[in-house]
Amino acid sequence: MNDRISAQYWLHEKELTAYSSDAVRDRRRRAMELFESKGFPTQKDEDWKYSSLKPVLSPHYALNSPCAALEDEHLEYADIKRFLVNELDAYRVVFLNGRYTSWLSDTTHQGFDVCTLSSAWKKYPETIERYFAQLTEDLGPLAQLNTALAWDGIYVVVPDNVVVDRPIQLLSITSGTEPRAIQVRNLVVLGVNSQVEIIERHQSLSDQPTWTNSVDEAFLAEGAQLRWVKLQHDGPLASMTQHTRIHQDRSSRSQVHTISTGGRFIRNNLDIILNGPGAEARMLGLTLGKGKQLVDHHTLVDHRAPHCSSHENYKGIYDEGSKGVFNGRIYVHREAQKTDAYQQNANLVLHQTAEVNAKPQLEIFADDVRCSHGCTVGQLDEDALFYLRARGIREPEARAMLMLAFAEDALAGIDHPSLNAKLHKLIAGKLGVDLTLDL
Amino acid sequence: MLEIRELHASIGDKEILRGVNLTVKPGEVHAIMGPNGSGKSTLSSVIAGREEYQVTSGDVLWDGKSILELAPEERAHLGLFLGFQYPVEIPGVSVSNFVKTALNAVRAARGEEALDASSMLKKMREALQLLEMDKGFLSRSLNEGFSGGEKKRNEIFQMAMLEPRLAILDETDSGLDIDALRIVAQGVNGLRSAKASFVVITHYQRLLDYIIPDVVHVLLNGRIVKAGDKSLAYALEERGYDWIKKEVE
Repeated sequence: MNDRISAQYWLHEKELTAYSSDAVRDRRRRAMELFESKGFPTQKDEDWKYSSLKPVLSPHYALNSPCAALEDEHLEYADIKRFLVNELDAYRVVFLNGRYTSWLSDTTHQGFDVCTLSSAWKKYPETIERYFAQLTEDLGPLAQLNTALAWDGIYVVVPDNVVVDRPIQLLSITSGTEPRAIQVRNLVVLGVNSQVEIIERHQSLSDQPTWTNSVDEAFLAEGAQLRWVKLQHDGPLASMTQHTRIHQDRSSRSQVHTISTGGRFIRNNLDIILNGPGAEARMLGLTLGKGKQLVDHHTLVDHRAPHCSSHENYKGIYDEGSKGVFNGRIYVHREAQKTDAYQQNANLVLHQTAEVNAKPQLEIFADDVRCSHGCTVGQLDEDALFYLRARGIREPEARAMLMLAFAEDALAGIDHPSLNAKLHKLIAGKLGVDLTLDL
Repeated sequence: MLEIRELHASIGDKEILRGVNLTVKPGEVHAIMGPNGSGKSTLSSVIAGREEYQVTSGDVLWDGKSILELAPEERAHLGLFLGFQYPVEIPGVSVSNFVKTALNAVRAARGEEALDASSMLKKMREALQLLEMDKGFLSRSLNEGFSGGEKKRNEIFQMAMLEPRLAILDETDSGLDIDALRIVAQGVNGLRSAKASFVVITHYQRLLDYIIPDVVHVLLNGRIVKAGDKSLAYALEERGYDWIKKEVE
């Protein structure tokens, strides 16, 4: 696998870098060389202790040119409609097997850019040179692999003081008759006091194993606001590895929801770098695991500047056979006085074959800070269950009510009723409950 | 309507109820008093169907039929209500949605249609009024951050909404100041009727100044050892339980 991937890069480097400066090409090369020297992570790596990539890497993936258009696949709007939040008036950027599909998308350059990275290489080489792979240099092999092979994904650049009027729906579809591995690379650059919201979903339509390896880089200038909902509700043969890095300047705000309800293997790395005073980050996660699913969240909040705040709340419900990992790292630099950092990770384990590995990791080098964290792993509260049943609520509904109530605060801050309704429907479906009981 | 016959129940290896007999007819109010550890809460839990307790012998009959095999929710559907001594805090579930869900679950089980929104609201308003509660209470998370008094009022509010045929109030008076006690009693009295029965479990006679019982029972060591009228409660208040213990021995 490693050699095939290596070959995929070196064979296609010319295409990948056709429009790029030498500096950008060198970043790709360095990334590829890093990947070649390290190879895929194994469970010997502390960061991968609980999650084996073996099942993700074992299929014989088709590795075509990362940038050539695929001619054998076609999708119609009807095929993808159900994966979108249709009630939401949004920009739509749809990818099929890692390539932009213009006929399914609705992009813009009016006042700001909501388009694709594949077109940006040629169109915006200076922006690319300024931002591409600038946050990912010190990341692990999967992100390096992505940097080397990056071709498509969303490209969102918003000038100062511009509020993007509609949310952006990013939908990445994998399909085909053979196992497929794709790279998705997203670049988001927000000017001073600008705002944008992204709703991201990856979906396999294939009956073969698929693997999406995705990297996001987001740069928030002073006062910028980014909201990002990552909806991971993929099929049982789909694997996803993702590294998201958000770099925030003074008084900027980010809010990332990671809702993981499907897929076979999910590894999310979410890093937020609070680099200017007064920056704020909210990270919310909800994981529902069942069957052979593995969901691994690694988060990092890097407090580099004073007066920043981070609020992290990850909830997990793990049923029969599923496995969860939560590793939440908060690093407070010596300069980051008056940091306010909060981390909460609560897990329900519904079955004896389910497993959760939770590890909060706080490294604090400033002395005037407020940092708190809590981590729980438990079962549904039997007293609460009896209380509901004693009022006439049947056991399955009572369980559902408690689980939904448990999950609810991880959805806080999603302000679109239609998206909220969709998420609740997905969650209820996953929990196998009827959602006529509203909370 | 409720008949308890020679009920023995234990938790683990420990027998707590050792042959309880009690008959409650429609419209009656029974008080059960007893010292700590006499089995008062166990009795209410067993009647309500809590699964940790094993009934080793005896029976609990509802309208002449055993309910021991029924799930807690099925007992609620028959019209049984348990007012909890320690109501559970459930963050994320609002009082109004909880009560709506419960009431409609009970109605559905009885083959009745769900209550429409305006009737539901009207009913909630009436119940709130009875308990001198503010309507802001409805949108709060169930029992979360409630004071002791608010929790108990919330229990009676739920009772008023569900209109049970038999309500067991497990130490509803504990931790209440005199005003809250009066309001809770007012709630119970407002629901008294020829059809509704109450079993009031309490440590103290003072609640019985407000809710006048037809019969007072003394539960001691897992058995009802004495019954009398209201004056028995006063005697217990004055003299404690030792004299009854001696009497029993």
